[in-house]
Amino acid sequence: MELLKLFIQSTFIDNMVFSFFFGMCSYIAVSKSVKTANGLGLAVTFVMLMTVPLNYLLENYVLKKGALAWVSPEFASVDLSFLSFILFIAVIAAFVQLLEMVIEKFSPSLYNSLGIFLPLIAVNCAIMGGALFMQQRNFATVGEAAVFGFGSGFGWWIAILVMAAIRERLSYSNIPVGLRGPGIAFIITGLLGMAFMIFSGFQM
Amino acid sequence: MGNKTFQSLTNPLAKNNPVLVQILGICSALAVTTQLKPALVMGLSVTAVCAFSNLVLSLLRNGIPDRIRIIVQLVVIAALVTVVNDVLKAYVYDVSKQLSVYVGLIITNCIIMGRVEAFALSNKPLPSLLDGIGNGLGYGAVLVIIGFVRELFGSGTLFGYQIIPESFYEAGYVNNGLMLFPPSALIIVGIIIWVHRTHNKDLQEK
Repeated sequence: MELLKLFIQSTFIDNMVFSFFFGMCSYIAVSKSVKTANGLGLAVTFVMLMTVPLNYLLENYVLKKGALAWVSPEFASVDLSFLSFILFIAVIAAFVQLLEMVIEKFSPSLYNSLGIFLPLIAVNCAIMGGALFMQQRNFATVGEAAVFGFGSGFGWWIAILVMAAIRERLSYSNIPVGLRGPGIAFIITGLLGMAFMIFSGFQM
Repeated sequence: MGNKTFQSLTNPLAKNNPVLVQILGICSALAVTTQLKPALVMGLSVTAVCAFSNLVLSLLRNGIPDRIRIIVQLVVIAALVTVVNDVLKAYVYDVSKQLSVYVGLIITNCIIMGRVEAFALSNKPLPSLLDGIGNGLGYGAVLVIIGFVRELFGSGTLFGYQIIPESFYEAGYVNNGLMLFPPSALIIVGIIIWVHRTHNKDLQEK
């Protein structure tokens, strides 16, 4: 039950795009067609599901103050948390590299349509942001961290899918010339964000 | 200084602004702008990281094997951000608390990666340094504009000082609470892009 609450909270109430602006760059750039957006959303969800728990283990068994006590009691006062940025990003970059190789092998068409944005998942702020929020919120178990990662990724997936569907429709509308492209995309995201604000009143 | 070198500093400020034209680094641009002060600090931090990462990677550019360059870049950037994070914690603790995870997110700010990939790896150190400073400042300028609008209309203050006089409130003026919520930032960016493209006709999409 607790886990379900956490999932709903991280997907809708704390939606990565609409309440924290994470992953905006690829969100705006890749949301031109539903198919590509769907592929990227799936990839991001998967990477978050895997990297948040991995970084959780790293945080709790290596980096935190006293986390190294399981090696030997002398290390109980060691605080390596200043290394957390570097190690988190290294885990994420390595994982994305792995995913890239797998997708290239099994689905060349998806690989080609994602193009440059696949390696850029490594610098998608949603994923790094998930790791940093995990560090801030002190989850009790690795399971909670995994649910949080999955929920946040899933929220991002929903957001980019909705946006891509709207933008496909937009090609039939008459938009002022200067506003075409990213301009209108931002304004639509803002309006979607207002719609998502209704979730903020939920007490979980 | 040659004219071309100088352009790498001034070009990103307006004409080729990283936020407005290339749509990079939006994430943090929006989240830290409810007030002017964190927006300014964030702009300066990004400028510092962008300038030094461009400089360092431009110096290293002939020694990095192509296959592992992304990891090398990320490690250099992450190290610089760790330094910036500790400096902010030491000197402006309250702002550092306000920025929270967004300082760490400078690592994944696409402007920095983008400039390293597109410029520093193929140019000499001095132009790279200037390019980094220019892009950082161009980013900071957009942040300050958004922060200005949001703080003025959202809380009636600038840098924490009251700007809108008491008499306005007595006459029935109310702060626009929506300005403090995330969606307003997106709409402001959309409008800034609109204005910018109206002035630079070659950027408009058909």
